[in-house]
Amino acid sequence: MTTTYAPARGSTAAFLALSVMAALAFLALIHAFWRGGDNDRMMQNRDLAFALDLTDIALFPEARYARHPNMADLHSAFQDGPLSFEHFPAGTLIAPARHFPQGHVSDKEHDAP
Amino acid sequence: MSDWFARQRYLIDYAAASLWRRKAKNLGLWAIFVGLIFILGSVILFGSAIRREAGHVLAGSPDVVAQAMRMGRHDFALTSDIDKLKSLRGADRIEGRLWGYLYDTSTAANYTLQVPSAYAPDYALAKGEAIVGEGVARLRKLTEGRYLFLVSPASKFLKLKITKILPPGSALASSDLVLVSPEDFRAFFELAHDQFTDIAMRVRNPNEVNTIAGKGALALKHYRFITRSSMQRTYEALFSWREGLLLAMLVGAMLAFAILAFDKASGLSAQERREIGILKAIGWETSDVIRMKLWEAGLISLTAFLAGMALAYAHVFVMSAPLIEAVLKGWSTLYPRFQLAPHVDALQVATLAFLTVVPYVAAVLAPIWRTASADPDSVMR
Repeated sequence: MTTTYAPARGSTAAFLALSVMAALAFLALIHAFWRGGDNDRMMQNRDLAFALDLTDIALFPEARYARHPNMADLHSAFQDGPLSFEHFPAGTLIAPARHFPQGHVSDKEHDAP
Repeated sequence: MSDWFARQRYLIDYAAASLWRRKAKNLGLWAIFVGLIFILGSVILFGSAIRREAGHVLAGSPDVVAQAMRMGRHDFALTSDIDKLKSLRGADRIEGRLWGYLYDTSTAANYTLQVPSAYAPDYALAKGEAIVGEGVARLRKLTEGRYLFLVSPASKFLKLKITKILPPGSALASSDLVLVSPEDFRAFFELAHDQFTDIAMRVRNPNEVNTIAGKGALALKHYRFITRSSMQRTYEALFSWREGLLLAMLVGAMLAFAILAFDKASGLSAQERREIGILKAIGWETSDVIRMKLWEAGLISLTAFLAGMALAYAHVFVMSAPLIEAVLKGWSTLYPRFQLAPHVDALQVATLAFLTVVPYVAAVLAPIWRTASADPDSVMR
């Protein structure tokens, strides 16, 4: 009985490619599991915000009105000139708050004073 | 079962060989598919992770912040106003906050100068001392024990000894913070002893936050009251807007891919039609031809989706999203260095898969079915 050389089947190559990609995705899941959602760091950040009474994250520190969107001045978008709607690049990324608080609390809107 | 398995395997053999015959075209399509999933996946993963980060920071925020308003602009909160709020029943910890911005011309960066809460003994500072965030320390090359020099807009000079640098892990919450003592803050910004930036309130019973804020608004009519839920909604709107904006910018890329995929999938070349005709003529059933083509499309889209998502994950959670950072950074010189906590929203990933893999596979079906169900003789001619 003679053995002949059999070329790798296409399905084998296809499953191999699929397995490699699935392994990559699986690695990502293992990495996520290993980092454990960074719960300790998250708790530290919450404690820091509690200790220092922080109201915003420092994601956009480039302009005063972008640094603390929660505390921003109502008129700050116009502060540097009547046409400076979007003076800083962050202005294109920060939307006006949809539920901007009123100067008083309405009885009808319990969750939006 | 083994027959079915063997049959599928032969179909995949043929599909793989068919893909390999047109390798340049298929590899190109695969690379574009991977690129598209990578970009969309990065935006989605970054969006959900930063929402979670912001959610945790805001969970520690004051229950209510009261801002004085005068002529539609911010005004100082006064000690007498704080005393009025302290008389409200149910309010737990009420204190004036001292914070403000300082544009540092030497580094062209905006710092947030703040006085730590009196209720936070870990951050208590004596006159002439400061605690700085990761970004300020990086920018000014500060270490514990060194001095930070600040100049106010009124040319007041402040020399501060660094007693602590906030951990790099908190950069997203504190990168630009310079914590100073109340004496230094008041002297630097020339504030009277009874003036504060605003008022932070903690409420004993979380269910009473709106009631207390309402009572406060009655007691201080010229104040606006911002509750924590309102702060959280602001960020939710902000991230939805930004993520939506990025996704909207990618609509062009998605459309280009859709046209490419549709063209590739639907515009069967004469050679492909002939191939299908020959397969039918040598005894393949219509269902076999469709199955084979589905395997082809499935292999391309599934491998591209997995590779694109794995790359997006590595980009966002291992490399800290350098491509997205370039968009967010703008002109910031003090952009925080942060690593996001891995957070994968399964629903969003499934939605992305549904919007990319399924349409591609579906686009393959119609033309193949039309060609495969036609008479082999007419197809081959």
